[in-house]
Amino acid sequence: MATLTYRDALNQALREEMQRDASVFVLGEEVGVYQGAYKVSRGLLEEFGPMRVLDTPIAELGFAGVGVGAAMAGLRPVVEFMTWNFALLALDQIVNSAAKIFYMSGGQIPVPIVFRGPNGAALQLAAQHSQAWDAWLAHIPGLKVVSPATPADAKGLLKSAIRDNNPVIVLEGEMLYNTKGEVPEGEHLVPIGSADVKRPGTDVTLVCHSKTVAPALKAAELLAGELGVSAEVVDLRSLRPLDDATIIASVSKTNRCVVVEEGWPHAGIGAQVVDIIQREAFDSLDAPVLRVTQADVPMPYNKHLERAAKPSPEKILAATRRVLYLD
Amino acid sequence: MTQAPQGDAQLERERRLLREMLLVRRFEEKAAEAYALGKIGGFCHLYVGQEAVAVGALATLQPDDYILCSYREHAQALVRGVPARAVMAELFGKATGCSKGKGGSMHLFDASRGFLGGHAIVGGHLPLATGIGYAIKYRQGTQVCLCFFGEAAVNIGAFHEALNMASVWKLPVVFICENNRYGMGTAFERVAAVTDVVEHACSYDMAAELVNGMDVLTVLDATERAVARARRGHPTLLEVRTYRYMGHSMSDPLYGVYRTKDEVEEQKKRDPITQLAHRLKDTGAIDQAALDELDAAVRAEVEAAVKYADGSPDPDPTELFAHVLAD
Repeated sequence: MATLTYRDALNQALREEMQRDASVFVLGEEVGVYQGAYKVSRGLLEEFGPMRVLDTPIAELGFAGVGVGAAMAGLRPVVEFMTWNFALLALDQIVNSAAKIFYMSGGQIPVPIVFRGPNGAALQLAAQHSQAWDAWLAHIPGLKVVSPATPADAKGLLKSAIRDNNPVIVLEGEMLYNTKGEVPEGEHLVPIGSADVKRPGTDVTLVCHSKTVAPALKAAELLAGELGVSAEVVDLRSLRPLDDATIIASVSKTNRCVVVEEGWPHAGIGAQVVDIIQREAFDSLDAPVLRVTQADVPMPYNKHLERAAKPSPEKILAATRRVLYLD
Repeated sequence: MTQAPQGDAQLERERRLLREMLLVRRFEEKAAEAYALGKIGGFCHLYVGQEAVAVGALATLQPDDYILCSYREHAQALVRGVPARAVMAELFGKATGCSKGKGGSMHLFDASRGFLGGHAIVGGHLPLATGIGYAIKYRQGTQVCLCFFGEAAVNIGAFHEALNMASVWKLPVVFICENNRYGMGTAFERVAAVTDVVEHACSYDMAAELVNGMDVLTVLDATERAVARARRGHPTLLEVRTYRYMGHSMSDPLYGVYRTKDEVEEQKKRDPITQLAHRLKDTGAIDQAALDELDAAVRAEVEAAVKYADGSPDPDPTELFAHVLAD
C-alpha cells in the first residue's frame, strides 16, 4: 500500500472517478489553471481539459447552482469550495435546490453532486475563516455529510460520494491535507454511513471525527500511559447518516463517553450523539456524557486565544478523567 | 432560424396559440375558485394576464429542450404538455399530481417533458439554468434551456452570477424576464436603479431584446430568435413586458394598495387573448361560433381536471419518507 498525503488521496479519488465516468467534472475557484487553492485538483486540467476542470468566478451561490443544474441534467459535478467558510453564500443552493429537488419533484429528479472543501479552523485565520459547519449541514434532510480524518478514508469516502445519486457534502481539513497515511490503490470505497473504530478499548469511548480524531487518539495514548485507562476511539466518518449502531455498541461496552468536535457546542454534532446514547444506551451509562467542542465564541486571531478556543488532547483528557470520576 | 409558417399553417399555429392561452386562463380561473373553496392550500400564484409569455415562448421549443420556472409556473407546465389534470391534482396535493402531491403549486415538475420545476426562492433557479446549459454544452447537445423569472429577481445576486457565467461560457440559455411591474406589492422603479431590465445584458456582453408580452406572436418571434442564437452557443436576455391582473398570490387582494383599479382595467384592454381572437376573426380564420366552441372545449378540459383532482387520493402516509434520498 502506498503512503500518501490526505491531499493526494483526494486527488487520486478525483482522478480515478473522472477516468471511470465521463460525466464527472470538477468546478470551483482556482481548480484548473492554479491547480487548486490547496492543490487537491493538481494535474487534472492537463489530463481532462477545461470542460471537465472548470475555473469559476468568485461567485459561490452561482457556481454551486451551476453544479446543481448540471446534476439535474444528468452530470456528476464535484463542486470545490475554496473553504466551507465561503460556502455560506451558497447555502441556498445546497439546501433549497440540491437537498430538496428530488423530494419536491416526487422522486423524478435526482441531484448527484458533491460539494467539497476544507472546513473548520486552520491557524490564526480569525473569525470569518475558522468555522466548522458540520452541524449546519448535517441538519438537512436530503443531504449526506461525510468528514474523513485519514488519507485512506478521504479517498474512499470521496469516491463513494461521487458515485452516490444524492448531494454529498465532503468536509475536509486544511490542517489535514499534509497528513500522511497508507492508502489502498485503485478501487477503495468507504461506505457512507459507517463509523470506524480507530483504536479499540474497554473503559471509555471517545467519539470524534475529522480533525478531532488525532487529538482523541493522542488523548487515548496519554490515558493508557498515565492512568492505565483503555479508551476506544470511534471516528464517525459520516455525520449524515450517523452510524448509530457503532456508537451504541461501543458505549454499551465501555459505559462512559466523551464526544469531541470542532464545532460550537450549542446544537452541535455532539448533541446529536448524546441524544442517541441517552435513548439507546441509557442503562449502560455509568456517568453523564461530556462534550469537548470549540469554545462558544467567534474564533479569535491571537494564537494563544485561538489555542484556548480549540479542542485539544488536554481538554479531551480532562473530560475523560471526569467521566471516569478520577477528579 | 426556422422559416415562419405561411398561410394555413400559420393560421393553424395561431389557433393553437389561442387555445393554449385560453386553457391557461380558464385553468387559473378554476384554480382561484378551488383556492377559495379550500381545495388548494398554501401559496398559489396565478398567471392571468401573462398568458402570451409562456404560450409564445414555449411554442419555439423541441421536445428534448429544458424549462425552468419560478413559482408562477402553472402556465408553463400546461403549455409544455403536462396534462391539466396532473397539474390540478398537484395543486390539490394529490398522489396523482405531477409531483406526487409533494411539490404543490410552486413546485411542479415533469422530467419526461424537460420541465425541471417551479422554484420558489426568488432568483434561485437562474444558476440552475446556467448549469443545465453547461450540461448541454458538455455533451455537445443541441438543446436549449428556457428560464422564466419575474423582474424582481433582477435585484438578486443570483441573476447577475448566472448571466455572467452563461455569457463567459457561451451557454445555450434563454433568460426570460417576465416584467409584470410589481414584485409582490412593490413597483419595480421603487427598488431598481435601472428599470429597463434589458440594459443589464450589457454588463454581461449578452444579446437582449425588449418584447411586448401582451402579444403572443411578438413573444414567439423574439423567443425564436433567442432560441436559434442559443443553439449556436449564445445566451440571450429577453425582457418581456407583461401584466398580471390578479394579486401576487391568492392570499393578496385583486388590486391592492400599490396600484389602482383603473390601471388594472386599462391593462386589460391589451389582453393577449382578446387581441389574438380579434385578429383571427378579422382575417376570417375563426368565427364567433368556432371561438365559443374552443372556449367550451377548454372549459370542459379544466372542469374534468378539477373532477379528476377532487377524486384522486391523497398520497399514502408512507410517502412522507419516500424520495428524501435517491437509491
